[in-house]
Formats: sequence, structure tokens, C-alpha cells
Amino acid sequence: MNCEKIESKWIAYLDGKASAADRREVEAHLAACAACTERAGEYRALFGVLDEMPQIAPSDSFDAAVRARVAAAVPARGAWRWIVPSPRLAFAASCLLVLSIWSASRPTEIEPLTVASTASTPVTQTASEAEFRMINDLPVLENYDVLSNFEALSDLPATPAVQPASHM
Amino acid sequence: MLDVKAGDEVSFELLLRKYRGPLVNFLARMVRDQGTAEELAQEVFLRVYRARKEYAPSAKFTTWMFRIASNLALNSLRDGRHRQMEISMDQPVEIGDDEAPAWEVADRRPGVEQELIARDRAARIQRAVAELPEKQRAAVLLHKYQELDYDEIARILECSEAALKSLLFRAYETLRVQLAPLVGAALSVKAHHEAGREKRSQ
Repeated sequence: MNCEKIESKWIAYLDGKASAADRREVEAHLAACAACTERAGEYRALFGVLDEMPQIAPSDSFDAAVRARVAAAVPARGAWRWIVPSPRLAFAASCLLVLSIWSASRPTEIEPLTVASTASTPVTQTASEAEFRMINDLPVLENYDVLSNFEALSDLPATPAVQPASHM
Repeated sequence: MLDVKAGDEVSFELLLRKYRGPLVNFLARMVRDQGTAEELAQEVFLRVYRARKEYAPSAKFTTWMFRIASNLALNSLRDGRHRQMEISMDQPVEIGDDEAPAWEVADRRPGVEQELIARDRAARIQRAVAELPEKQRAAVLLHKYQELDYDEIARILECSEAALKSLLFRAYETLRVQLAPLVGAALSVKAHHEAGREKRSQ
């Protein structure tokens, strides 16, 4: 290997990252070439010299400036958000729309206006009977309240609840 | 970065704290102006934040971030918008008796002299790095100062690993020549130390 061919292997060799085969090749060349041996020493010294370059610290306002730019970018996106609704809102609005269309397109059923419904359901009939019975028994219940709260009768021995009603 | 992708704002803060230094350093060396570098670094963080949903964990975060930074820096340099704003960051610090400012001449304590020498060396190094062609400069900054792997740097600079090694070789060769006095001095100091060590061992 000559001095020119070794050039492509210098960096990896100096970094200690050359493959075993490349390292052997470079070392064999260095053992035979005084100029390249000197050069290798200079590269190593150069790496040390480059370490002296001072570091640059970001200014005190740097973080605040980054945060401000990020914050400025976020509302810009949010300002347009009202145009594009969230998926949930869009779904709810779609459901409402479908429901409105469905109810609007549904044929309206007009119930015949009948004075007395002859075909009343049994359920309605039962309810009416129970209502009638309650109204019918109302005076009895009223009388019972009067009798049970009547002070003069409080001294009498306890009688079955039906008895005062039977006296009427 | 995956936490940032999931919408975790605290993780973005951690990301900011971890990478602001390396990013500002890289960009300042690239564009040779700290103000511009900070503006570009802010832009990098903003782009990272905006693109967090698209982040693919297949690529290393540093590769992704420095790729954005590198493109921004190269575009900025190509646009030439910031050239006129370059400050004297890379200007040599003259320490000769005739050229030094009065406040530097007045104080002759050894500590101050050492500091001035160190500043001069640092300025020479900065200038030599700054004078490298843009892509070589980026390669050196990512290799030497960010210590990224070859495959990462190659992805950032969009070239093959072989091309990157060639780029790095040319850059370091230029620096070796440009900084020959400092390199020579470093070698002399090393030789002196080695001779002293040998003497003590005998």
C-alpha cells in the first residue's frame, strides 16, 4: 500500500474504528514510511489542538424564544380548528341530521276524532274501573278519617277497621 | 422524542435542554454568527415540534435534528442573507505590543498572558475551521465536536460513508497545514514530556 491509497483509511484508523484488515494494512505502511508515521503523529496532535476550540453557550433568552415560537405556532393551528369539528361533534351532528330527515320524511298519522271510543283497550277499561271504585269509596274514607280522629270514641275498645263504616 | 410525539410537553422541554448547546454550537460554527445561529436553532426546534407526529423511530433523533440544522445552515449560507451580519467572532486576536488594546497591555500578570495566548490559539482554530468549505466544515463539526458515527454524518450530509471519509480526510489535511504552528508546538511539548519521562525512568 502506498501513501495515496492509505488516505481513505486514515480517519477510521485514527478514530480506532478501522476494521482489523485495514488496521493491519495501515500499520504495515506506517512501519515502512517515515513521512506517514510523522503525519499520523501530526493528525493526533491536531485532534488535541481542535479540542481547544471554545464552546458557545446559548444566550439566556434562547429557551424563552423557542417556547414563544412554539406557542405562536400552536394557536395558529387552533384558530382554524372551529372549521374542522372534532370527530365526536361531527358524529353527533350527523346523527341529529339523520334523525331530523327521518322524522321529517315520516308520514304523519292523523288519528280520527271520535267522541266516544267504542274500541277501548282492556287496559284502559281496568284503569277506569279502578278510578271509579276509588271515587265511590271516597266518602267512606272521609268518614273513616273523621271517626278515627274523633276524640270521644278514643276511649272505646279497639274495633275492627270495617266496623265504623258499617255503622253508617 | 417518542414522548414528544405522544404530545408530552415536558419531554419537549428536556429535548430543548439537552440539545440547545450542541445545536447552537454547530450552527454558530457553520454560519459564523451566534445571533443567526440562535435564530436557526430556534427554527430547528420549531420544526422538530411541528414534525413530531411524523417522526419515525427508525432514524436516530440526533441524525434527524442535525439534518434539519445542517440544511438550514447550508441554505442560510447559500442565500447569503446573513453574511453581512457576521460578527468578529472569527477575527484573530492580536496580542502584539503595538496592536493590543490598552487594557491588555497594562496588565502583565502571567495569568493574563496565558489567557491571551489561549484566546489567540482558540481564535486561530476557529478561523481555520471557519475557512473550510461548507460541507467539510459540517463534516468536521459533526465528527469532532458532536462525535457522531460515520453513518449518521453520511445521512445528515446525504453522501456515502466512503465520500464522508474522503471529505473528512481533506478537511483534516487542510487543518493540519493551517494549524501547523499549533500542531508543531503540541508535538514539541509532547516530545519534551516524553523525554522527561524517559529521563526520570532511567
